[in-house]
Amino acid sequence: MSMLKIDNLHVRAGDKQVLNGLNLEVAAGEVHAIMGPNGSGKSTLVQVLAGREGYEVTAGSVSYNGRDLLALPPEERAREGVFLAFQYPVEIPGVNNVYLLKAGLNAVRTHRGLPELDAFEFLALVREKMKLMHMDESFLNRGVNEGFSGGEKKRNEILQMAVLEPTLSLLDETDSGLDIDALRVVANGVNGLRRADRAIVMVTHYQRLLDYIEPDRVHVLSGGRILKSGDKALALELEKRGYDWVRQEAAVA
Amino acid sequence: MSSNPRDESLEALVGQKYRHGFVTDIEADTVPPGLNEDVIRLISRKKGEPYFSFDWRLKSYRHWLTMREPHWAHLRITPIDYQAISYYSAPKARDDAPKSLDEVDPKLLETYDKLGIPLHERAKLAGVAVDAVFDSVSVATTFKERLAKAGVIFCSFSEAVQKHPALVEQYLGSVVPYTDNYFATLNSAVFTDGSFVFVPKGVRCPMELSTYFRINAAKTGQFERTLIVAEEGAYVSYLEGCTAPMRDENQLHAAVVELVALENAQIKYSTVQNWYPGDESGKGGIYNFVTKRGECRGASSRISWTQVETGSAITWKYPSCILTGDNSVGEFYSVAVANNYQQADTGTKMIHIGRNTRSTIVSKGISAGHGQNSYRGLVKVLPNAINARNFTQCDSLLMGDQCGAHTFPYMEVRTPTASVEHEATTSKIGDDQLFYCLSRGISEEDAVNMIVNGFCKVVFKELPMEFAVEAQNLLAVSLEGSVG
Repeated sequence: MSMLKIDNLHVRAGDKQVLNGLNLEVAAGEVHAIMGPNGSGKSTLVQVLAGREGYEVTAGSVSYNGRDLLALPPEERAREGVFLAFQYPVEIPGVNNVYLLKAGLNAVRTHRGLPELDAFEFLALVREKMKLMHMDESFLNRGVNEGFSGGEKKRNEILQMAVLEPTLSLLDETDSGLDIDALRVVANGVNGLRRADRAIVMVTHYQRLLDYIEPDRVHVLSGGRILKSGDKALALELEKRGYDWVRQEAAVA
Repeated sequence: MSSNPRDESLEALVGQKYRHGFVTDIEADTVPPGLNEDVIRLISRKKGEPYFSFDWRLKSYRHWLTMREPHWAHLRITPIDYQAISYYSAPKARDDAPKSLDEVDPKLLETYDKLGIPLHERAKLAGVAVDAVFDSVSVATTFKERLAKAGVIFCSFSEAVQKHPALVEQYLGSVVPYTDNYFATLNSAVFTDGSFVFVPKGVRCPMELSTYFRINAAKTGQFERTLIVAEEGAYVSYLEGCTAPMRDENQLHAAVVELVALENAQIKYSTVQNWYPGDESGKGGIYNFVTKRGECRGASSRISWTQVETGSAITWKYPSCILTGDNSVGEFYSVAVANNYQQADTGTKMIHIGRNTRSTIVSKGISAGHGQNSYRGLVKVLPNAINARNFTQCDSLLMGDQCGAHTFPYMEVRTPTASVEHEATTSKIGDDQLFYCLSRGISEEDAVNMIVNGFCKVVFKELPMEFAVEAQNLLAVSLEGSVG
């Protein structure tokens, strides 16, 4: 059985129909990459899955581990193991980075019937994960994303992912704005979380990311639906030929 | 996604009521409503005042008659009928004023216990001396003797007028003259009680001082007057808290606070204001029209105002600093909340007169529901204030789309050597930040508290420890369920 099953999903944002009958199945243990031209609905898809307001689902369904994902409020989805690494993580001035992370982790743990971590246990855990992400101690005392560089923000997202250990991770252009060293660190972090009982869906523009995080499946999203799916070779082909040929192929079919 | 399961629990949260809205059933000595010279004579007589004080009241009253109510603030005010207000109400004492806590009416002690302000010294509030003002009189002052040993005078204003008339006469009206403004002038005529603090030369006040104001009686106004004097090199930290019962009509609170800091002295004045704000539809609530001003009279003196304003239907106050002494420092840290139909027009004035004077203004306005929040501030640098510096930061946080935030910064700089900086931001809670927290598994209520507290952090850290926690809780209650 698939962990995530998206069936004929139609989503509107304001007057605009963004997703138009999207189908996607992701099984546990798999990594899927979603590529596609600008404005094709990639970000909308992950935002809707994470539960952001402002989108209207006009048809279709999403099941996650057999449950109706769209019926859950966003915090419930997070506690059930869905995680979104934001393309543009927001700054929350005055709120300590680690404090937010601790509140999140303990909410997730309570939901899973595990005891909350106290400050010492939590710090030990975060320090270990920070090492993995090559982040220095000063991160502990800064405000959430406050004054972070673009690369630091992305790293912080993956740090949160490493601490929360989600079942389904949604990465929204996590590679954009990263230099090659930072990309390697981020990719290592993500790869460290791959497990037979977890799945990852990543949205990206660039095949470059896929050199570091190797996907099982690659999908082309255009005009609000998936036009073509394939393996890693598809990404290489897209890089060479662009998206037009996929669209033409789909139009003929 | 339109029917969000969160909405219902939010509705329940919005229903949270004001927690200090009870009325104490106590026999009171209240003068009939109305204001004339006889009422002023009566108040003065009830207080057993010396002539200078009575004379000052009368001068003020006569001047007040020539003035008109100000309407320049960004506020909608139901007209106030000054003849419908009672200008004096006191819980009926068994004999005369209580001489010790044992003589205080148990009902009053119970009231303060309910409010979380224990007046019994054995249940002392973390080493804080408290003066409790109930309607028009001070009912108890704790730790007086211990303070007296240090040379600090901390008593009700009425007591100060009788026991320390020379000090009161010297400083009363020296920062806020009786002609200052409509509400301050009214206060000067009819002020009833408040606190008096005198910290002599070189003394560091050994504990936090605090006054707790409570309006109880209906159809009365509260007109307290507070005067704090710190002599050369003295230090004092003072905190006031305020609550009132829930009533349908608006009640007027027009206070005056004067601070005087002599050379090298420091006064830290903190306010946690939680007067009844009115109900969800905007009915009732306190009109909080207050004049607060401090003068850094001596060189290198320092005055800091920190305020957390969560209550009142209307708040109209501008705690200010007159920086007369060279190298003196004025600070203003403010968190003001306007929820439901609350209106706040608050800010500060920093008047730079001496050389190298410095001022810092940090204002955090939170608007929710139909609340309207305005920051109004003046930074004035006079020609002799060479090298004066000011930094102003005004941030507004909006919750929902029915509320408003407004900023009115005025600057008047008359020396080229001054440096004046102003930063302002307006942000909206409810979208990005909130979703970010939710997507990490944090509940909506916790997320809002976290974001709001983060927003206010720089102000809260200026509050004395015990009250910073209280301020956070208060803020959480005032804003519960405001996002949806």
